Amino acid sequence: MSAPDYDSFSHAAPGSTMDLPPGFSFLAPGFVPGSTTTLTTNAQELSVQNAKAFLLKTSTQSGLNLYDHLGRVLTRILNERPDNVVDFFEDISKEMKWLLFHKKMDSLRDQYAVRETYELAEKHKALFLRAGGEEQEAEEEMMETVLPNVIELAYYFEQAGVGLSRDETSRIFLALKQLVESQPVQKCRFWGKILGIKFNYIIAEVEYREGEDELDQEEEAEEMEQESELKGEEEKEEPEDEPPKSTFKPPPIIPKEENRTGTNKFTYLVCSEPGMPWVRLPMVTPAQIVAARKIRKFFTGRLDAPVVSYPLFPGNEMNYLRAQIARISGGTQVSPLGFYQFGEEEEEEEEGAIRSSYEENPEFEGIPALEMVENLSNWVHHVQHILPQGRCVWFNAYQKSEEEVEEEEDEEEERDEPGEQEPEVGPPLLTPLSEDAEINHTPPWTARLSSHVVPQFALAILRSNLWPGAYAFTSNKKFENIYVGWGLKYNPENYSPPPPPVVMMEYPSGPEITEISDPTVEEEQALKAAQEEALEEEEEEEEEEEDDDD
Amino acid sequence: MDANSLHFSLELVSGLGQGMSSEQKAALRASLVLLQRDYRFTRVLFWGRIQGLQADYYIAQGCGEDQLHNRSVLYSLNCLDWSLLPPATENMILEASEVIGRFIGDPSHEYEYASTRNKADEDKADEDDPVPDEEEIKSLKEEARLVATIALIDQESAVVPRGAYVKSPHGQVELNRSFQGLSMTEARKLTNYFHCTPTLNPQTKTLEEKAELDPAIDFLNSLEHDIPRGSWSLQFEGGNTVLVLRSLLWPGLTFFHMPMTPHHGHIYIGNGQRNIDLPFML
Repeated sequence: MSAPDYDSFSHAAPGSTMDLPPGFSFLAPGFVPGSTTTLTTNAQELSVQNAKAFLLKTSTQSGLNLYDHLGRVLTRILNERPDNVVDFFEDISKEMKWLLFHKKMDSLRDQYAVRETYELAEKHKALFLRAGGEEQEAEEEMMETVLPNVIELAYYFEQAGVGLSRDETSRIFLALKQLVESQPVQKCRFWGKILGIKFNYIIAEVEYREGEDELDQEEEAEEMEQESELKGEEEKEEPEDEPPKSTFKPPPIIPKEENRTGTNKFTYLVCSEPGMPWVRLPMVTPAQIVAARKIRKFFTGRLDAPVVSYPLFPGNEMNYLRAQIARISGGTQVSPLGFYQFGEEEEEEEEGAIRSSYEENPEFEGIPALEMVENLSNWVHHVQHILPQGRCVWFNAYQKSEEEVEEEEDEEEERDEPGEQEPEVGPPLLTPLSEDAEINHTPPWTARLSSHVVPQFALAILRSNLWPGAYAFTSNKKFENIYVGWGLKYNPENYSPPPPPVVMMEYPSGPEITEISDPTVEEEQALKAAQEEALEEEEEEEEEEEDDDD
Repeated sequence: MDANSLHFSLELVSGLGQGMSSEQKAALRASLVLLQRDYRFTRVLFWGRIQGLQADYYIAQGCGEDQLHNRSVLYSLNCLDWSLLPPATENMILEASEVIGRFIGDPSHEYEYASTRNKADEDKADEDDPVPDEEEIKSLKEEARLVATIALIDQESAVVPRGAYVKSPHGQVELNRSFQGLSMTEARKLTNYFHCTPTLNPQTKTLEEKAELDPAIDFLNSLEHDIPRGSWSLQFEGGNTVLVLRSLLWPGLTFFHMPMTPHHGHIYIGNGQRNIDLPFML
């Protein structure tokens, strides 16, 4: 086909001089094709037919041809008659193609479900508005703020290939700012993120200013209530007919560690999306930590969801989350050697006491990244080890029953403990990572440089193999830990839930519970006769006594 | 995920917390282009990373004319030099499933494991020697394990949205050029996501379901009937604009799709271990 022919065809205005074959009948009703009498010469007819043949050529890619496609597009345009069609002609064309892959099963349109999107966008916008609306305060805060520089830390983690996307980081940063402004917080840190099935948890680690913590008073009140409830229950549980009492003694409850100590050293707040309200997690109890070690569950993302597991977990997902946070912190919060040191007051104390606090070393110079990578003893744990009991400081609850201690010894341990004695002892605070034990020939940490091309400026990156998702970096005097993951410990073996407890012993069969055969009629009569005789004798005796009294 | 839109896609899947460092991203941009030239692929996909104790494996896949079948798999330890991996065989996958523990990061490392699986052989051997050999120590190269793991992940967790690929009358699977993305309503349903693997075990569907199928696009299995039920976590992220599917069977596999746009892709960043505890964890 020659080019001029084609040009004249495509430039023809519809309805005026465009030549259409007589068979062009599937257009919309009302469309009057141009007069066919203009076809006078054979040459013209031939060129039209050539053009049509070209248009009818089937695509090898999609199996469509342009002739039918144009027909469909024009039909639709003429049926719908939208304004300014020329502006979105190509969109209609594309949509018609896409419609081929859609079955028109029913005439109902899908609901336009974007309300949540708008709601979320409003919440995200509020984060920014709050920052702008309080300019004066913002100036004051320029002086001093407990807000961590999340953006800077994210920059370092990005070099390590860890961390969330930049805009999510900014949103979290603003959400933390909101938290710091609204609550009496003394220390604040972005702890990380735990993924759930439906929603995720963004976790902030804070320390409240002393005396301003609402929970301190509430907790005390709650404890009082619980105690009184327990007493009340005990009293109620004594009916008139006393059933045989059980000889089972429940294992003594190990009290939870107080606020600001041990596993409850920091308070954790979570939210599922930046802009949502921060929810404070309750304090963790040793029983929850012990139970969390035995189960393996995904988080659902809803704090009030029940934890359906065997063995039974005491509490709902909120408590499970808090227990996992405590375990992860205990295992993976590390810092360069020398960044923290023990306070001088502590050293003067007795040697037996376990040091639980530390302070920043002002003379810390920083360790070169290469040394940090090559030697794991340059890293130390700065969170206390959690004992198998579920506490950081051992609580002597089993002064008599030794069975319980044996049970505890069987439990899974966070790390190898040399020579477990009756009072459980863990590695002290600020123990180097090189002391950590391997699990199934897997070294617990992997350290590397962030860049092999330019090692001069590289950071030292530490990855935990025990808690996949836990990372730490250090560069000069800076260091930070982060956890982003499913909140589950690495388990090389197949998980199998503990078997149900052994079936209890039958009650020993003795004479007091052995059933005796029913007496026969004769025996009963004989007994009756004997009783009557005895009665008569008694009466006689009484009479005699009465006589004697008189 | 497509190597051309890697930069943009990595940002969308970063909710997992692990991605590529800026240096690696830059290296991939250069080396994947060269890879496409050297091997004459029509399309190069960045598949992900398998983390080892000493080093990580970076995996890329190259497609020929057919987008689904006969994908070439390549690995690299530094994001620059790529080596071709052999195709996975059934036997390789079976052998690799017996090795437990983490990847080391050294392709020539040999795992030694006690095989307990030669029951068929044992039955035959029983006649010759009365004492059945109990456990046989076998060895497997890490490279073979890598091949098997990648094949398994592809088989069980690679995802495409419905309509992204079309099957031509010649049986070739091609990219659907007119794919415009799923609508918001469709994006919430697992039925609209397919396993991106040649159908191995066709599910028995009811006649009613079959009636609605379009042979050009419904030639893959949907995620809906995966066992155990609930082995996918479906969420909207980034202010409800990006759909993210995470596999719970292979933690670390993330699929993203922006509804109403043709952007989609999946990446695996993990330690290459299947979550066999999944039934207990839901």
